[in-house]
Amino acid sequence: MSAYFLQQLLNGLMLGSLYALIAIGFSMIYGIVRLINFAHGDLLMVGAFTTLGLAATGLVPWWAIAFLVLITGALSGIAIERVAIRPMRGAPQVTGFIATLAVSVVIENGGLILLSGQPRTFLFPEIMRSRVTVGPASVAAVDLVIIGSTLLLCVLLLLFVRGTRLGRAMRALADNLLAARLMGIDVDRTIMAAFAIGSAFAAFAGLLWGGRFGQIDPLIGFAPGLKAFVACVIGGVGSIGGAVLGGYLLGLAEVMFVGMLPPVYSGYRDAFVFATLILVLLLMPNGLLGRPEEDRA
Amino acid sequence: MLTLAELEVRRGATRVLRGIDLEVRRGEIVALIGANGAGKTTTLHAISGLLPVQAGRILLDSEEGEPLRLDRMPATEVVARGVIQCPEGRQLFAGLTVLENLLLGAYRRSDREEVKRDLARMAELFPVLGERRGQNAGSLSGGEQMMLAIARALMARPRLLLLDEPSLGLAPQMVDRIFETILALNREGVTMLLVEQNALAALEIAHRAYVLETGRIVRSGPGSALLDDPRVRAAYLGLGT
Repeated sequence: MSAYFLQQLLNGLMLGSLYALIAIGFSMIYGIVRLINFAHGDLLMVGAFTTLGLAATGLVPWWAIAFLVLITGALSGIAIERVAIRPMRGAPQVTGFIATLAVSVVIENGGLILLSGQPRTFLFPEIMRSRVTVGPASVAAVDLVIIGSTLLLCVLLLLFVRGTRLGRAMRALADNLLAARLMGIDVDRTIMAAFAIGSAFAAFAGLLWGGRFGQIDPLIGFAPGLKAFVACVIGGVGSIGGAVLGGYLLGLAEVMFVGMLPPVYSGYRDAFVFATLILVLLLMPNGLLGRPEEDRA
Repeated sequence: MLTLAELEVRRGATRVLRGIDLEVRRGEIVALIGANGAGKTTTLHAISGLLPVQAGRILLDSEEGEPLRLDRMPATEVVARGVIQCPEGRQLFAGLTVLENLLLGAYRRSDREEVKRDLARMAELFPVLGERRGQNAGSLSGGEQMMLAIARALMARPRLLLLDEPSLGLAPQMVDRIFETILALNREGVTMLLVEQNALAALEIAHRAYVLETGRIVRSGPGSALLDDPRVRAAYLGLGT
């Protein structure tokens, strides 16, 4: 394996990790309430600015920042569910979509008013920015942290949904709403938990995104949110495994298109991304791991 | 054990139940029969707390004396009181394993050791479920799925089991087996309210039965008496008078 290819592979895995972290929430939430939460990408911004604010104090150690970002994300997700999703339950699906779109507009513009549109810089500590050699390639330590922490969170999530009572209730609710209610599952509480976990992951992606790319602004969540949505559709909406797979495929494809094709084409990377989406959906309309779903209000 | 009094339920603008009275006593199998759209499933959904009740009451005897108002309880509470529904069309968690389906049946229970014992009991009662515990519920045959649906409901240790159309879509042989199982469970002390379109089979095993027509109870009495009732014979059993 050439050093160049390995380098690109690591870049792709890094980007794919970030997409996967966001896509997981899209999929978990869709699986349970059959609704795409358009405000989901904005949680990336919430996470990034929470990190910036906490890091600026200089008092909070990084492990505590990571923990607090997860908590902030979870609370934001719960708030979004309470304000915009729960009141729309039973309404036509379109109403819910528009409600989440409104939440997204409010968060982004609220951010612009409170934080200004001026991009801000935040940096991870020195050690995260140092270079590490992996075989013939050399990567920033932060890239390995992104890949490693994503894998860790995915494993924890897998253990949670497979092995705990609440996790099983979530899967049951996604599988069959009527039956879940007949088992005595508290639907409201379970939906809230799904929003909390999915949103915590997206906020954590915000911390990583800011630290990796160095600059953040209130609209930072839009593009990654859209890409993660694509990842989630490629993998099969509603499937957590599909979201992770879609995230990595998209990250790798994006980096490989840019890295392997002649430089003239690099401006078209997003065009390639969406062409991949169209191709996958033409061949597999439910995504790679998705199942055909019934409608649910 | 369970009393419905003057129960009225709407679905949208339609009054589906127009004031029905019904009683299930401890240890009984009570059948509720009627044509499609008469309101049988609506009755069970109202008891389970899935539909709001417009008027009337649903009362469940309780050990503390005062009967409980099920019509004022959310579905989670109804299940916690031991009123368990085995729904029409089975409604399994198709993408989850047989074992997970059974564990979800015991969702409101916290007595882990007893849950384990009940899992072993289900494997005895329905050996095929024990063999296929790791398989997805959606991959079982229709009859096996029905057994799983019943076993899942039993995992909740029902005081009262609401069975909605257990024979629907099953081969005749399998229908016999399911009704045998229902009788055996009843002998072990499970009280049941059985909704069926297969009126003949239901009346044969029921202690008492009610006939529902467009939201009203039009006949009631011992199962055997209804089997001899000329109107019931003509309308529901497809037999001459």
